[in-house]
Amino acid sequence: MATTSHRTPHLLVHDHRDNVGVVVVEDLKAGTDLFVVVTEDNSEMRAVNNQDVPIGHKVALKDLTVGDTVIKYGQDIGRVVAPIRKGDHVHTHNLKTKRW
Amino acid sequence: MKSLSNRTIWGYRRENGRVGVRNYVAILPLDDISNAACEAVAAHIQGTIALPHAYGRLQFGADLELHFRTMIGTGANPNVAACVVIGIEPLWTQKVVEGIAKTGKPVAGFSIEGNGDIATVAAASRKAKEFVHLASEQVRVECPLTDVWVAAKCGESDTTTGLASCPTVGNMYDKLVPLGLYGCFGETSELTGAEHLAAARAVSPEISAKFMKTWSAYQKDVIEAHKTSDLSDSQPTKGNIAGGLTTIEEKALGNLEKIGKQIKYIDVLEPAEAPARGAGLYFMDTSSAAAECCTLQAAAGYVIHCFPTGQGNVIGNPIMPVIKISGNPRTVRVMSEHIDVDVSGIVRREMTIDQAGDLMIDTIARTANGRFTAAEALGHREFVMTKLYRSA
Repeated sequence: MATTSHRTPHLLVHDHRDNVGVVVVEDLKAGTDLFVVVTEDNSEMRAVNNQDVPIGHKVALKDLTVGDTVIKYGQDIGRVVAPIRKGDHVHTHNLKTKRW
Repeated sequence: MKSLSNRTIWGYRRENGRVGVRNYVAILPLDDISNAACEAVAAHIQGTIALPHAYGRLQFGADLELHFRTMIGTGANPNVAACVVIGIEPLWTQKVVEGIAKTGKPVAGFSIEGNGDIATVAAASRKAKEFVHLASEQVRVECPLTDVWVAAKCGESDTTTGLASCPTVGNMYDKLVPLGLYGCFGETSELTGAEHLAAARAVSPEISAKFMKTWSAYQKDVIEAHKTSDLSDSQPTKGNIAGGLTTIEEKALGNLEKIGKQIKYIDVLEPAEAPARGAGLYFMDTSSAAAECCTLQAAAGYVIHCFPTGQGNVIGNPIMPVIKISGNPRTVRVMSEHIDVDVSGIVRREMTIDQAGDLMIDTIARTANGRFTAAEALGHREFVMTKLYRSA
């Protein structure tokens, strides 16, 4: 459902297969009603972040359990090492590389 | 406005037909102990630039070959109008002089042993002055935009790099490479996690296999041979992590965005190797450290560099203008003096990737015509040789 909205997104998602999105605004406070755009086709969604999340950092779009794969760009970017709830900040505390 | 295929810039047409966008008289040390003499010449003769570096003694094998390739390639770069080479002894100095002379440009060598720094500096200064007169009479001529070889490498990346600044460079390559541009990307280690996608972008199964062989060798001979941890203290960097990148896979997928969506690379180059299969995109086996990679790409003959950054890498190069592109709204605000192309409108959905690519092309043309990049205005001249192993 592509739209022509010019509203500034809070969160960008590369690909519909992704289970995380990227915060693209500064000073995002916990509990914000997030305007989410999927860049693949400019479709829109809503989400809510559970913590304050810095610009550039990731927010989970669904619940994930230890051992799950985090998907971004429609690709594997690593494994979940601590439980993640939908809306949680995803970073080095709960996501690790599968390489090296 | 001219169509992209007819777009021109004003550049320096060199003796070998290549186009330069700067007009340096380089004072190039063969080795570390000749830096002082080169810097003395450059301090004396206005319009010259010394290129001091850390190596050149007792190297051997592939490491020595890379040293010569980098020295000769730097002097041969079309942004260099003429070159003075100074080394401690005449034989290796002459080897670099002869390599540069194949371009047809003015070049001369001086050696210090038996002469001392002062006499060497005096003789080299006389030659450098002569070269400055020659270079300063060069006139820019109209050249096709696609005669300007454009390399790319990203640094201090964050998640906006993969959303905005790398796709901007990728869009530029998708538009200009089919028209005859020479492009180049590298960063072997930073394709880890996206190596399968990078391999699939090779023009043929042969080149794809060549890429995978290069990438696998880096993993085995560099990473696996020397690592003391899972590298999470180095790759991603602290800056990458502060910017929201968590894993090397995530970093690599953003990195690869800068080769666009359509074009294929046509060969895999050794570090500092000049492309030899005609116009097209090339992959070069390089470190992912910014100054090392840029130095190798300049030595391969690239005359302009596109450098996407998220958190704000400040890199420059002494002979190749480095254009900074950022899509991070905070970086373009707090480090504005370092950013040439602001594409933060992409993450606000105010600018499309296609529009950003056009802005990139415009900035390349303006830079080619003589506009200083942020890095040039700020005096960034990082010249860093890649060393493969310890000297003998």
